[in-house]
Amino acid sequence: MRVLVAMSGGVDSSVAAALLIEAGHKVTGVTMKLWGGPSDSGCCSVADVDDAARVAQQLGISHHVANFSAEFDRDVVDPYVAAHAAGRTPNPCVACNRHLKFDRLLRRAEQMGFDAVATGHYAKIERSAPDGDGWVLRRGADPAKDQSYVLHMLGQRELSRVLLPVGHLPKAEVRARAGELGLRTAAKPDSQDVCFISRSGGREAFLGARIPLRPGRVVDGEGHPVGTVPAVELVTVGQRRGLGHTTGPPTRADRRYALGVDVAAATVTVGSLEDLMTSTVEVTGVTWCGARPAPGSPVEVQSSAHGAPVGAVWDGVATLAMSAPVRLVAPGQSVVLYDRDRVLGGGIAT
Amino acid sequence: MSASGAQALAPRDAPARVVYLDHAATTPVRPEARDAMLPWLTGRFGNPSGSHPVARAARTAVDDARDTVAGLLGVAPAGIVFTSGGTEADNLAVGGALRARPGAVVTTGAEHHAVLHAAKGFATDVRTVGLDGDGMVDMERLAAVLDDDVRVVSVMLVNNEIGTVQPLDRVAALVRRRAPHAVLHTDAVQAAAWLDLRTAAADADLISISAHKFGGPQGVGALAVRGGAEVAPIVFGGGQERERRSGTHNVAGIAGMAAALVAADASRVEETARVAAHRDRLADGLIAEISDARETGRRAAKVAGNCHLRFPGVESEALLVLLDEEGVCASAGSACASGALEPSHVLLAMGLVPADAASSIRFSLGWTTTAADIDAALRVVPPAVARLRAGR
Repeated sequence: MRVLVAMSGGVDSSVAAALLIEAGHKVTGVTMKLWGGPSDSGCCSVADVDDAARVAQQLGISHHVANFSAEFDRDVVDPYVAAHAAGRTPNPCVACNRHLKFDRLLRRAEQMGFDAVATGHYAKIERSAPDGDGWVLRRGADPAKDQSYVLHMLGQRELSRVLLPVGHLPKAEVRARAGELGLRTAAKPDSQDVCFISRSGGREAFLGARIPLRPGRVVDGEGHPVGTVPAVELVTVGQRRGLGHTTGPPTRADRRYALGVDVAAATVTVGSLEDLMTSTVEVTGVTWCGARPAPGSPVEVQSSAHGAPVGAVWDGVATLAMSAPVRLVAPGQSVVLYDRDRVLGGGIAT
Repeated sequence: MSASGAQALAPRDAPARVVYLDHAATTPVRPEARDAMLPWLTGRFGNPSGSHPVARAARTAVDDARDTVAGLLGVAPAGIVFTSGGTEADNLAVGGALRARPGAVVTTGAEHHAVLHAAKGFATDVRTVGLDGDGMVDMERLAAVLDDDVRVVSVMLVNNEIGTVQPLDRVAALVRRRAPHAVLHTDAVQAAAWLDLRTAAADADLISISAHKFGGPQGVGALAVRGGAEVAPIVFGGGQERERRSGTHNVAGIAGMAAALVAADASRVEETARVAAHRDRLADGLIAEISDARETGRRAAKVAGNCHLRFPGVESEALLVLLDEEGVCASAGSACASGALEPSHVLLAMGLVPADAASSIRFSLGWTTTAADIDAALRVVPPAVARLRAGR
């Protein structure tokens, strides 16, 4: 097959490219230039593009840069800022996968005549049955590195055109393979955090430069004021730190959690851990990897990139009845449904 | 760390034949330039600033090259300042002139970044003039921004992307009339391979050239300073080049540049006709084969080696990948530090919208271009464009 490998300049996509070459595919490397502003953790700094280009040279494949920075601003950064302005906490990596890696890049690759796009994600794509024409997305073999959560938006069309060559390997083995091949990225640290937000300024500096951050009132369940926050747009449902406390050193008993953020009223409602717990999770914008589960189907629910899955029953529309109380999921976060290690699909918490 | 494992994994298989149509990026070194350089890489050596026989021999080589380059640019030998290339020559022209006499700078929006960024770096009053739809400087707008405060006007002789030749004589007449305190700089980096600078740049006070654009080595260039134009240094040190550019001379490179310029000049008339014929066959062939293909700039106003086309609906980024696979080397726009293509500021300065700018491609021909290169491009490009259009 002719395969276009998205090379971020990290070890995972470097090894993904090497494995595809080993398997006999005709491989071309591409690095997406996404974020045009300053970055320290990110996937598109000049140093990372250089690393990707040098690995491609080592592997003897051609390497190109695809400038998708306008689309990244439009489809990832702007919605991220707008969501925070509305008091939600979005996951921009999910938006990037949905709009850039597995849409814009995939379409570009198809247009150029490539049979597939490969990435260095830790998840597995398999045929749904040995003789079937369907595809399933499963958790990666390395439980500590599993990235199936951020890939839940892949539908059958995408799954049929995407390869995840390192998904069946433990991370340690990926690094070992990189070392054996002499790849310069073998010991490169994993990328962390959101690529367009710098460690020094953080979310506050990034959002503060784009939207007004306004002080907010903190109230308890009865509406009594109990404190203030410097920026209501930065508060995430479920957050405990930075909400102030009454007097004296905080004890476990008076720990307070954000239960709701009303940006229009500049108000954060707080409550106890018990108040934070819920037995239902509501989602919107749900997409499915394959067939949609029937109403009443038992599923497992994961509501953060590396959170523990919790059993639930899917009502077939928008509601998950949890088998045990869970903490409120911050609006804007992705909620992903699994059947054991198989990804069923997912949506956005409301 | 070794790459041997990776090489064993995938032996590098370059395309059987590379079709090089990117001479505006860099050119192969001419044998004359190589022969002039080799002695200085294989036995002869010397620091031209010293005062012993070894130094004097190197000094002679640099001064002979200076005489040669000065003669072919039509300036006095004392006016030649050897630099590390075109970028430094442009920086020295704009920055050095402004450091000598501070004031406003006027450029076109289609200048090389070596001029645009130097202007921003060395002046606070930067006035930028656009181009018309044919890629020619907007003379009315130029007249409007010239005044007594202007100290430097920089208008490139040949545009690096679209190949248009600017009317330097008319620009110079306007500058003399409207901005009497200004020196006129021309970036002739893309011109030197095609135009006789003794005449084509006769109206400029400062002229930048770069050796690797006309068959010389990379890493060497020159700024020609005519008459009384003042240029203060922007690189400091031992005071070489009459205190205008410090640093030990690149003797081999300077000798190679002079030899390449002589060779380019000696073959200029025949080469221009030969390459223009290839270019016309390429441009006409692609326009005939590819519907809606548009040529940028009037061909009569372009140098022989430039073929700049736009294929509406085709992203040049994707087209370059397909051409790469077929061994065809071309380019599009200008790349930022990461290698990502940015919409061409030249095309935007002409008034094109970003989507049109992003569908453009530059084939640039040169002294090694053959009919077989054109055959290959005519064979490879139309189906690549068709494939991308079909996949939209």
